[in-house]
Amino acid sequence: MLNEDAVLDLEATARQLRVEILKMLNSARSGHTGGSLSAIDVMTVLYFHQMRHDPSNPRWEDRDRFVLSKGHAAPALYACLAEAGYFSRDDLKTLRRLGSHLQGHPDMNKTPGVDVCTGSLGQGLSQAVGLAMALRLSGKSSRVYTLLGDGEVQEGQVWEAAMAAAHFKLDNLCAILDMNGLQIDGEVAKVMNVGPLGPKFLGFNWHVLEVDGHDIQAIARALDDAERTEGQPTMIIARTIKGKGVPFFEHKASYHGVPPSDEELSQALEHLGHS
Amino acid sequence: MSEMIATRDAYGKALVELGRENSRVVALDADLSGSTKTAMFGKEFPERFFNAGIAEANMVGMAAGLAAGGMIPFASTFAVFAAGRAFEQIRQSLAYPKLNVKVVATHGGITVGEDGGSHQSVEDLAIMRALPNMTVLCPADGPETAAAIRAAAAYHGPVYIRLGRSKVPVVFEGGCDFAIGRGATLRDGSDLTFITTGLMTAQALDAAKILEEGNVSARVVHLGSIKPLDVDLVLKAARETGAVVTAEEHSVVGGLGGAVCEVLSEGYPVPVERVGLRDVFGQSGTAEELLAHYGLTAGHLVEAAERVLQKKK
Repeated sequence: MLNEDAVLDLEATARQLRVEILKMLNSARSGHTGGSLSAIDVMTVLYFHQMRHDPSNPRWEDRDRFVLSKGHAAPALYACLAEAGYFSRDDLKTLRRLGSHLQGHPDMNKTPGVDVCTGSLGQGLSQAVGLAMALRLSGKSSRVYTLLGDGEVQEGQVWEAAMAAAHFKLDNLCAILDMNGLQIDGEVAKVMNVGPLGPKFLGFNWHVLEVDGHDIQAIARALDDAERTEGQPTMIIARTIKGKGVPFFEHKASYHGVPPSDEELSQALEHLGHS
Repeated sequence: MSEMIATRDAYGKALVELGRENSRVVALDADLSGSTKTAMFGKEFPERFFNAGIAEANMVGMAAGLAAGGMIPFASTFAVFAAGRAFEQIRQSLAYPKLNVKVVATHGGITVGEDGGSHQSVEDLAIMRALPNMTVLCPADGPETAAAIRAAAAYHGPVYIRLGRSKVPVVFEGGCDFAIGRGATLRDGSDLTFITTGLMTAQALDAAKILEEGNVSARVVHLGSIKPLDVDLVLKAARETGAVVTAEEHSVVGGLGGAVCEVLSEGYPVPVERVGLRDVFGQSGTAEELLAHYGLTAGHLVEAAERVLQKKK
């Protein structure tokens, strides 16, 4: 349970990270706005409250691991890593540029603090399962967190991995599903309905929680619950809003892979109280 | 008559030995552990063996995660499923991040036999060879397989190792000094060179003996490492013998023949004949019948040698 000040601090951090995301996407002139903004509250709680990690030692063996399975939300990850101190905030301006360590999708060999390469949807949960197995074999108490999109679970490999995670009783694994309801071609429910998701993961023997993915306190509570769960992996279904925080981006599939223009950026920053 | 050992049997034994020496070695399979021989490892090290069930994509992803967590995973299934079903997982989750995973694909080529074309991989070497960061090995026999598995474990990075189902003659009778990227001259010769991989090396040695009776001197160069390829050894053979016959239990498109032709056309063009499947899928039959039907016997290699010598003149 977070105290009121801690919640306010994390909310302020998430707001600041939204600003960073919008600025870096505007600077890159390409990239994924909507899904980065929907995921940032969950990722703020992970990076600045929940996970054990050490920005001065990115390869610290006892760190918790994070797999951004929905790799196109890389800007959200980079904003967190820069804020945590893995690299300079100035680097964010180089997103997607030739020679930059900030690739369009996360690259473990280029960016300090990135634990796996992701971007091709549907593969992250499998890698998270393998990481959880490796940590358990090594006798480590570290945990593995992975963030998936709701469009992403249309990939069959996700269900192969869901089966395996429960089969191997990986209680050091916690997946969070950023359920913003939209994918490139439109509403997830219309493109290929993945619901009901809770019962699906329950059916695969996961511990399943549902939260408002923009409620810092609720997210923190769910992550605590996951950590206390024994004998099964946890899926936290986070109900989110694509483009959250910038009114003219919210609920719009058309902003899945579109960066803010200069004008949109200044309006968005004004809205976020950052002019 | 030399001893006959299936390369998959040699793999199973080598993996158990590695497991005894290094607790970071883990094995994965996709419900074929009895056939791929990873069951031997699973029996001795149950806590380090993960059966993914019939889910090859997830098996590769789990192997990637295990490697990212510091383990040395060996993931096995049939070649057709490894290089085929799980291709994109191998690309994105293993090769792109250069993770330390060994994909040991058994039942490669057409000598899988009776299961038919659906289960015969005639394109896996080409597919895997095209991947940046990927090392591709195709041992000739049991001893070389054991050595290749050991070399792969000692090398840090993704490796694809293609093995077979059937028993094959031992070529490296005195043991094998295997190194990734290095080929072996198994027989000297001056008129032409057989450049071969996998079980075709044994056929080439037989073909060279037949040719010798007709006063044709054939060199036999075995390349157990398809990528990296021993470019120096290939060019040396071309310079010294002036003609090359490649042979592989694989399509002539993109595999050993393709790789050798790339090297020769850029470095020292000489006449080449490629022995392999002529851009066709396999079919049901016994291993011996299939090798004969698709032109992969010592006799066919002799004919290819005669054709290449005609081109040389």
